[in-house]
Amino acid sequence: MPDPDQNSSSVAHEEVLSPGETAGASPHSDDSPQEPRPGLKEHSEVHVVEKNESEESEHADGAEESGAEKPGRLARMRRSKKKDMPGGLWLKCESCSQVIYRKELEEKGRVCPACDFHFTLPGSDRVKMLLDDGTWTEEYAELVPIDRLNFEEKVTYADKIERTLARMKQNEALICGRGEILGRKVVLAVLDFSFMGGSMGEVVGEKIALAAEMAARDNVPFIVFTSSGGARMHEGILSLMQMAKTCAALDQLNRAGGFSICVMTHPTTGGVTASFATVCDISLAEPGALIGFAGPRVIATTIKQELPPGFQRAEFMLEKGMIDAIVRRTELCQTLAKLIDYRGL
Amino acid sequence: MSKKSNNGQDSAANGPTFERPIAEIEAKINELETLSQTTKLDISSEIEALQERLKEEIDVVYSDLGAWDRVTVARHPKRPVASDYITSILEDFFELHGDRAFGDDKAIVTGLATMEGRRVMLVAHRKGKTTKERVDCNFGCAHPEGYRKALRKMRLAEKMELPIVALINTPGAYPGIGAEERGQALAIAENILAMFQLRVPIVAIVIGEGGSGGALGIGIGDRVLMMEHAYYSVISPEGCAAILWKDGEKSPDAAEALKLTSGDLRELGVIDEIVPEPAGGAHRDAETAMRSVKEALVRALDELALIPTDELLEQRHQKYRYLGAIEGRFPAPAGPGRADD
Repeated sequence: MPDPDQNSSSVAHEEVLSPGETAGASPHSDDSPQEPRPGLKEHSEVHVVEKNESEESEHADGAEESGAEKPGRLARMRRSKKKDMPGGLWLKCESCSQVIYRKELEEKGRVCPACDFHFTLPGSDRVKMLLDDGTWTEEYAELVPIDRLNFEEKVTYADKIERTLARMKQNEALICGRGEILGRKVVLAVLDFSFMGGSMGEVVGEKIALAAEMAARDNVPFIVFTSSGGARMHEGILSLMQMAKTCAALDQLNRAGGFSICVMTHPTTGGVTASFATVCDISLAEPGALIGFAGPRVIATTIKQELPPGFQRAEFMLEKGMIDAIVRRTELCQTLAKLIDYRGL
Repeated sequence: MSKKSNNGQDSAANGPTFERPIAEIEAKINELETLSQTTKLDISSEIEALQERLKEEIDVVYSDLGAWDRVTVARHPKRPVASDYITSILEDFFELHGDRAFGDDKAIVTGLATMEGRRVMLVAHRKGKTTKERVDCNFGCAHPEGYRKALRKMRLAEKMELPIVALINTPGAYPGIGAEERGQALAIAENILAMFQLRVPIVAIVIGEGGSGGALGIGIGDRVLMMEHAYYSVISPEGCAAILWKDGEKSPDAAEALKLTSGDLRELGVIDEIVPEPAGGAHRDAETAMRSVKEALVRALDELALIPTDELLEQRHQKYRYLGAIEGRFPAPAGPGRADD
């Protein structure tokens, strides 16, 4: 079972996997300064965490598809000279480009002190942040992804799994288990973007279903946190079928009188948004989170137009009536506790 | 193959590249037939010989179709589409329009119909035949209002106690600004969830392209069938090639890797039955192809009609909950047993 405290390796990958950078001009940056302070620009490039090409997420619906933006590629080439800088002291906000002192970012729960952008949080950090100390019991942690199609591109999926498992302290993109939020018992499932882009394959789908069933058996609320690029295309049609499996499990939970809350965090797209993430009883989102069906680059390519400012961000989704509320990270525990208390038992 | 035409089709009129040897013989036959008419020469024996060769060539080519070839057959411009099925295998079709909230998405057609005396609710992706029709129905790419229209009619079917027949044929749900604003993901998710609740039998069949979430949005069924040369995939081979190979030209490789053919899906336990197509594909003999589809649908409907509703819903749930399960891979369910127990 991965220890929630042992997250340093996944923390070091936030820039590696954040979609804002590769998705081009992040719409989120519109309400915040676009350029970093001039004096700090060079400085930031020295300290930015190394971007590792091989660890870019790959998924069907593409919140993030790498390598398309010329400026991004150039920046990456420049940075690539500065290897061996994991856990640098400074990093650049993917939304407002402000250079942030890493320690300050961690102290603020990985929320940008300048623009309030909520950085992607490793799953284990999320668990630690949400649950009361010592209440977490992880379940089904032993399940590892399986390459049932013998999927092969430039590398095999089997190799990719092996490399990911060697790097990560968890066996799949989803961690789930039992715990307490301010004294309220819950079943918690968290999708971790740093594990293959939080993509949903057979095991992720199965674990969502198992967790929903656990919530039904225990008669406690089912709390889901999502951050995902969508379906895991290396598992082909079987990954698509997880949309059906997770919805079947939620339907069963509903029949058992269950109660579910989904908190969509940056980014939540593709098959995850088009299945269990959006049909929980209450839909919440963190500020600035990219939420959508298709990724912004896919849409921009299809319609051959620039996307409007703020498109697909949590604030936009709220305005369009697609989510119940936006909740800041620091207020999540209290909010979830309050919502749970409103449910008559 | 040129860069511009990497969809595997020479052009809309000529069909798939792999059919070129077939097309050449067909052209030759046409030529001779014209010749015999204009010159009154008796060359019927030559024509017959060629027709025999054509049959053989079709058998040879179609006995060894790669995944990408099948994708091109599934997209063939002459392949029968929803409107053909409505005219050919359904009687008395009465279209029911609109989602009552935003509009009437022409990429999905819904309505009441009768098939061999059985009354059903039809829900189908709509691709046109002519260029104008194709544009009108957005090439089969539905918006949220399309999925909401489908849901509305499926709920009506439940109320009217009519089984649902879903014809799947879409490259995918439309990725656009309006689609996102109106909740494309939510619309699909709500349909999937709702299809587990509908207290009437659902039979779905992939008749052409089974494009990802856009297909699944009307694709949950007590029986899921697939035509022999249809494909069903989590992502288009082009999209997959662009993301993983970073090269759109690698679509054939992606098609192979994705395991998207009817044979693959049957083996993986994702579909229940393959509906065979006439030699040379459904586009060569649409009437025969559609008749086979009708027979398979009728058979499935009749089987499902015998199952008590509660049991039907439980089976549907179990089917997807344990889809493709391998014994011992996942922890045994604590609730009801596995479907195959």
